[in-house]
Amino acid sequence: MENTSLTQEMPKSLQVQIPGHIDPAKCYQCGKCTAGCPVSARMEMTPSQLMRLVQLGQLEGALRSRGIWECVSCQTCSARCPKEVDCAGVMDALREASLASGMVAPSRQPVVSFQEAFLANIRRNGRLNEIELIGQFKADVFFRTGRPAFLFKDAGLAPQLSKRKKLHLVSEKARDLKIVRRIFARCSGQTEQ
Amino acid sequence: MNVGYYPGCALHGSSNDYEQSLRACLGALDVQLDELKDWICCGATAAHSLNHKLSLALPARNLAMAERDGHQQLFAPCPLCSMQLLNVKKAAANEKTRRELSQIIEADLRGDGQVLNLIQLFENIGLDRLKSAVKTPLGSLTAACYYGCLLTRPPDVVHFDDFEQPTSMEAVVSALGAKTVEWNYKTECCGAGMTMASEETVLDLSQKILSNAAEHGANCLVVACPMCHVNLDMKQAAIERHYGKKLGMVVYYLSDLVGLALGLSAEQLGINRHFVTKA
Repeated sequence: MENTSLTQEMPKSLQVQIPGHIDPAKCYQCGKCTAGCPVSARMEMTPSQLMRLVQLGQLEGALRSRGIWECVSCQTCSARCPKEVDCAGVMDALREASLASGMVAPSRQPVVSFQEAFLANIRRNGRLNEIELIGQFKADVFFRTGRPAFLFKDAGLAPQLSKRKKLHLVSEKARDLKIVRRIFARCSGQTEQ
Repeated sequence: MNVGYYPGCALHGSSNDYEQSLRACLGALDVQLDELKDWICCGATAAHSLNHKLSLALPARNLAMAERDGHQQLFAPCPLCSMQLLNVKKAAANEKTRRELSQIIEADLRGDGQVLNLIQLFENIGLDRLKSAVKTPLGSLTAACYYGCLLTRPPDVVHFDDFEQPTSMEAVVSALGAKTVEWNYKTECCGAGMTMASEETVLDLSQKILSNAAEHGANCLVVACPMCHVNLDMKQAAIERHYGKKLGMVVYYLSDLVGLALGLSAEQLGINRHFVTKA
């Protein structure tokens, strides 16, 4: 887990920790990542443009972009890069820093709410509790956007899932929840409880 | 044959039809799944998007538990889970990282065990053995084999098949007597974990996959991933509504087809619990 910090001159909250195996300077802007990206048409800033901002150290634009949260982590960009730059790994680093510095693009907040609710759920249960996750995700999006319709958007699926025995009202938990909490604490830089 | 088994959250949740299919199909091939008792969630997309260290530590704990329990091979039927486990193996090749992860997870991580996806498990059982066990050849099926993202990517992590033109799933399906089609979307992404958070992404990407399979003459799609199945099967009615077109594409897990060819029923395999059940 060797990291290179690209941003010594930036305030600490704006630092992007790029994993050591990635050298963004190797990117020569051929655009192959963007060409193969299945969601680049949905992005206001494409993978190759985000790579350029990272090269230039213009991180705020990258951290505030919608593009980093449109990314579906399919790894096509990294697999096809002729310079073997792990572009998907850069996207992960940008997302982590965007969240830490409070720069998440407001229109993509549901994606962040979902992922945060997911991790909170794992921290609590060790294994995913789907019903609890959906409840927490919807409540969080409602709280942040005030869109009540969102709460009931997928409600029609519940009886269909239930009919197919795909809904579990009582969910299983990991056997040792204490170790899960300690792992989370160590990875989040918190003091252990 | 006995194999270590990491189900992951999806197979114990709403993708429990996949687990039913695996247990029925592998049982008929005399493969016993030895489930890892202490497994925890691998963190999935959420961990690698929001917390890099956590995205290594959670699967590292699972790999270490498998090693502790003496599993030389760990079967992970979800490609995201198996990719995360393989990513830990890659990271653990660095001694400093291996020691740091071992401290975080309070267990000695060796990182030398083998991680298998579903296609590899069938390859280990042997395609000749599969072929000779077929009771009901699947001659009426013309299948589009769909690999999605993470069975073959990132290639330097998963080291499996050709990441642009994979053919290993076609080899299994052909051994069962089914036909396969050449098509364009076998390794394109279906939208994966965006199902809840960004539905329009999933509708867009999955529509393209289903339509391309149909345009190339397929009458069914075959997957080896619980998330692909959710997006292509469960969301198919929403895709048809959104784009105003009829698709009616049955989506099978690879183990469904093997099970059917071995003479098992749709009910035994859980195929009757899918959303799209008839072509």
